[in-house]
Amino acid sequence: MSEQDTIVAEDAGRDVYDELPDAPPKSRLRLSWVGKVSAAVVALWIFLALFGPWIAPYHEAFFIEEDAAGNYFDDPSFMLPDASVSAYLGTDYLGRDVLSRIIWGARTTIGISFAATLLAYFVGITLGIAAAVAGRLTDAVLSRIVDAILAFPNIMLGLIIIAAFGSSIPLLIGLAGLVYAASVFRIARALGQDIMVQDFVEAARARGEGLWWIITREILPNAAMPLATDFGLRLVFVILFISSLSFLGLGVQPPISDWGSMVRENMQGLGNGLSGGALASITPAIAIATLTIAINLIVDDISAHAGGSLAKKMV
Amino acid sequence: MMWNMVLRRIGVGIVLLWVVSVLIFALTQILPGDAAQIRLGQQATPESLAALRKDLGLDKPWYIQYVTWIGNLITGDLGISNAGGATISSLIGNRIGNTVFMTAIVTLIAVPLSVVLGLLAAMYPGRLLDRIITSGTLGLIAVPDFFVAIFLILFLAVQLGLVPAVSYLSGTESFWKSIYVLALPIGTLVIVVSAQMIRMTRAGILNVMSSPYIEMAILKGVPRKRIILRHALFNAIGPIVNVIALNLAYLVSGVVVIETIFAYPGLAKLMVDGVQTRDIPLVQACGMIFCSTYVVLILIADIASIMSNPRLRHPK
Amino acid sequence: MTDTSNEPANVLEVHDLMIEARPHGAPPIPIVKGVSFDVKPGQVVALIGESGSGKTTISLAALGYTKPGLHFSGGEVLLQGEDMELVSDERKRQLRGENVAYLAQSAAATFNPALKIGEQVTESAVLHGAMTQEAATQRAEELYRALELPDPDRIGGRYPHQVSGGQLQRLMAAMALVSRPSLLVLDEPTTALDVTTQIEVLKAFKKVIQEEGSAAIYVTHDLAVVAQIADHIVVLYGGKVMEQGSAEQIVTNPQHSYTKRLMAAVRPSPVAGLGDSMAGDHLRDVPALEVRDVTAGYGKGADGKPLITVLRDVNVTIERGHVVGIIGESGCGKSTLARVMAGLLPASEGEVLLDGHALPPSVKERKREDLQLVQFVFQMADTALNPKQRIGDIIGRPLQFYHNVHGRELREEVRRILDLVELPAVFADRFPAELSGGQKQRVNLARALAARPEVLLCDEVTSALDTIVGANVIELLKNLRDKTGVSFVFISHDLSTVASFADEVVVLYAGRVVEKGPVDQVLSPPFHPYTRLLIASVPELRVGWLEETMQTREALAGIARGVTLTDVGCPFFDRCPVAIEGTCDKLTPPTREDQSGHGHYIECHREVVELGGAGATAPA
Ligand code: SF4
Repeated sequence: MSEQDTIVAEDAGRDVYDELPDAPPKSRLRLSWVGKVSAAVVALWIFLALFGPWIAPYHEAFFIEEDAAGNYFDDPSFMLPDASVSAYLGTDYLGRDVLSRIIWGARTTIGISFAATLLAYFVGITLGIAAAVAGRLTDAVLSRIVDAILAFPNIMLGLIIIAAFGSSIPLLIGLAGLVYAASVFRIARALGQDIMVQDFVEAARARGEGLWWIITREILPNAAMPLATDFGLRLVFVILFISSLSFLGLGVQPPISDWGSMVRENMQGLGNGLSGGALASITPAIAIATLTIAINLIVDDISAHAGGSLAKKMV
Repeated sequence: MMWNMVLRRIGVGIVLLWVVSVLIFALTQILPGDAAQIRLGQQATPESLAALRKDLGLDKPWYIQYVTWIGNLITGDLGISNAGGATISSLIGNRIGNTVFMTAIVTLIAVPLSVVLGLLAAMYPGRLLDRIITSGTLGLIAVPDFFVAIFLILFLAVQLGLVPAVSYLSGTESFWKSIYVLALPIGTLVIVVSAQMIRMTRAGILNVMSSPYIEMAILKGVPRKRIILRHALFNAIGPIVNVIALNLAYLVSGVVVIETIFAYPGLAKLMVDGVQTRDIPLVQACGMIFCSTYVVLILIADIASIMSNPRLRHPK
Repeated sequence: MTDTSNEPANVLEVHDLMIEARPHGAPPIPIVKGVSFDVKPGQVVALIGESGSGKTTISLAALGYTKPGLHFSGGEVLLQGEDMELVSDERKRQLRGENVAYLAQSAAATFNPALKIGEQVTESAVLHGAMTQEAATQRAEELYRALELPDPDRIGGRYPHQVSGGQLQRLMAAMALVSRPSLLVLDEPTTALDVTTQIEVLKAFKKVIQEEGSAAIYVTHDLAVVAQIADHIVVLYGGKVMEQGSAEQIVTNPQHSYTKRLMAAVRPSPVAGLGDSMAGDHLRDVPALEVRDVTAGYGKGADGKPLITVLRDVNVTIERGHVVGIIGESGCGKSTLARVMAGLLPASEGEVLLDGHALPPSVKERKREDLQLVQFVFQMADTALNPKQRIGDIIGRPLQFYHNVHGRELREEVRRILDLVELPAVFADRFPAELSGGQKQRVNLARALAARPEVLLCDEVTSALDTIVGANVIELLKNLRDKTGVSFVFISHDLSTVASFADEVVVLYAGRVVEKGPVDQVLSPPFHPYTRLLIASVPELRVGWLEETMQTREALAGIARGVTLTDVGCPFFDRCPVAIEGTCDKLTPPTREDQSGHGHYIECHREVVELGGAGATAPA
């Protein structure tokens, strides 16, 4: 081999070489434009759910067509967006203002779903973390119960329980809360277990810290972000679940307006086509879709930011 | 080792089936008023009630009733419907074939479609095709099943008049005629189920694609097609089979909504009608059928993922 | 050098290479900032540097590859005259595997778990049309033989999880060599291995590289390893070349101040008399911590014994103010021992004594004062610090918890402790993610010190750190020992580190203490056969060491077959060159003390004199 010349870079002569950074610093969470639009859509619906009754032109159970003609039951033209009344999206099969009912329905649909998701989260996280930190027996008992609940397809559990007890808003909240508490339990337990075996929790245990400290200071802060993102997805599932039950006529009962039931009630109008009464059925369906798709897009944006690892966990 | 795990998993499945049956049976015990009361109504005399109770075995303790119920269930005697008094097995017998027919066709279309689309998306991540597939499916998984259904009805059946909006089968149609009649419900279910499957197939393959052995294959100069088909797919088969089984389980739920929309005379429609009339024995029977199918599908999914693990398949 | 026509063209020429990271929605970050070097045919060029130096990124550039998120931004990489930044994907695919091949750090991760080894080894050669499947398989088998793999005819038919880590590493070499590439890129190929395995693999690599005559790029952070295998060394820091030259020159006569620092941080080979051992001044009072006849493991069997026993009948004494080094390879039970001491893993038999009184086995039953006196420092500062807590809170918590310090006083105390571990006070408000690896490890230490312990259990605290940073942490530990008078249990797989820091050494093998005593006694004869092998396996920082060792090595040990946990006999039996058939595999070896009177114990069936004790020659 030939002689190799030594090449030395310019030497600053310093004897301190800083440790090189492990990785470039992480950037702050920023939503893409899709995420921003979605956030605006969700905000709009939340606003309508909160203040809808004061904004909607009519009450959800008000028959606007009755005053105009008096015999709304057999006049098919009432399915049309009638110029004689100020119904932007037309009237439904009973002659009620569709726009008003959608605005009122936002309150029912979002309210029930949100309450149910909160319930599911409260129960699921409490028990899930308990299962993760408690002994084997507690974990086994809780996990088996959850397995049993999850052995039913969601909608089946809904059908069976509604068959037994009839449908009411508190029951719907409890039912959806129970069904989804089972899946929240699984996620919270998995997260809790992942965090439990981390060295910093070991360190706390070695220090002699009590369970309460470990749960509130070590586990929950680290589980908060993934759980918050999952809350969005879970909310979407609950909205779909409640709407499906309502759509089957087993959810929210008339005359309370609710997006799922509105689609069902006005299905007949579909047959008249877009220029006929289809709007009354299509628009509440679109309302659901805008809300759920928007939530999904926000979650997608956030988990893409977190390197997709969240998304993987939540499939 | 592997067979032990599979056997264990089957054991767990059987236990789950048992738990499901107990819970469904428990319904009759929780509710006020038993089957005899419901059947005869409020005006029934105590004598006729007692007679019917004895007839139905309702005077026996609950565990005897459970054993009888489960025994009857297994032998196909599903009891008598509260409404009308027809035997449930005759009601179900008429319908179950319809449901099986429709779901089978959906499965045959959706599974290959999803695997191919999921693969295509994973092969070119970030490209146009992938973007279309991912955003399309993201939208679809976020909307209710009936959303897809009413839009298909509105555009394909009402506006364009291509296919019928109501799926009524008289039982005498030819195969192709049946498919034509069922085009909308089948289409809806395929769309709904595939969206999930495509996403999960894509995620499964991409997950494998980010592993170091794929990077190694790239550095060995292995062509992309071979990397996907030999290196990635081989490792993703387990997860994909899992995804398929899981999603066929979702199909169980989807069927409920779709049969109702299209007034399709299947098992799920029967069950929903039963719920509306609070016909408990009917709901129990249908519920058992759906739930056991679900449990079995989940079981298959689990076994598939165990069997596809090379560490378990080829022990040391 | 004058007649250039006779000189063969360079295999690889890297000119002013630049690579940058392009994070989403942020300005690009340069990773490699204008690096140039050449690789001549048959030459082994080492790229050496710490993490963040860009060494792996540069080595991958030789294959025209950048990790996801990285992009070429300038310069050229000429592989036999073809610019790997510019060639078509098709051509790149052809060159990869045929002209240039890659060996990664972890063979376990780079083998596809679902495909047979043979297929993966021959795949590249067959795909490129260089050989038929039969020819490739035959060539692979020759390579298996050359790499001294067991069962060369059949190993190709196995799956990756069916062979050991050291074997996989060599199989990966076979995979790279099958199509006779002109350039091999080896990325830290021995870093993940135990020392005794590393040297086998190193030897095998060196042999085949010489026989095949291919050129190679060898990426590592370990100068001692580089000295064994490289002809030419390129020293990198922060994506730039600091210095390059022949291996001989860099090792014996470094020019650049960075290279000098790097050399200074390399710990000398473990020989007696290295450290500032205090083993001589034995304080014959109650030891700070004592482990008596401890057996421990994981899982719970029917008879109360663990399902998997990791430690057997272990006795260790930690004198007040002393540093006890615990050494052994992965899986020997050294971390388990520390966890038993801390009470994180209750021993199934035996007891742990603190200041002469027995502690309850589990942390749950121990009193707060006892917990305070024994503090655990975890190996990975990355995971040992809660990412959601500020440094001030992390260090302050033990003060609050054990000493009820609050408010102003607490902040003062945190500042003092930060100062003790040589970190600025402003760090109290930062989160762990904002710190570098070495800084995090200091915080990790600070938290333990804040409890004001008597015994500090340090589990591999330097092994995840770069050479220089690790050396600094050892310096810090020495200072702390002198300043605070705490006793240390220092667990490491690195004999050199232990030799320079510990007063006493305990050698663990397969869950048993095979030798223990004052550091100078353990590092000089008589040796337990395993200790002897361990010492002989630590690479020395000089050219030619490997060859010398290999000649004497055959007598030292059989090829590593992985550690076996045995219930009867000596755990080292499989690998021991002086094993006594019929005795060593049947009976638990006795503990023998040598005549020095320093408390040097060896657990072996051989007499102390046979093991190189006073008046004895090395065993035949
Ligand atoms: S007891 Fe026997 S096998 Fe074990 S180290 Fe001593 S001589 Fe070797």
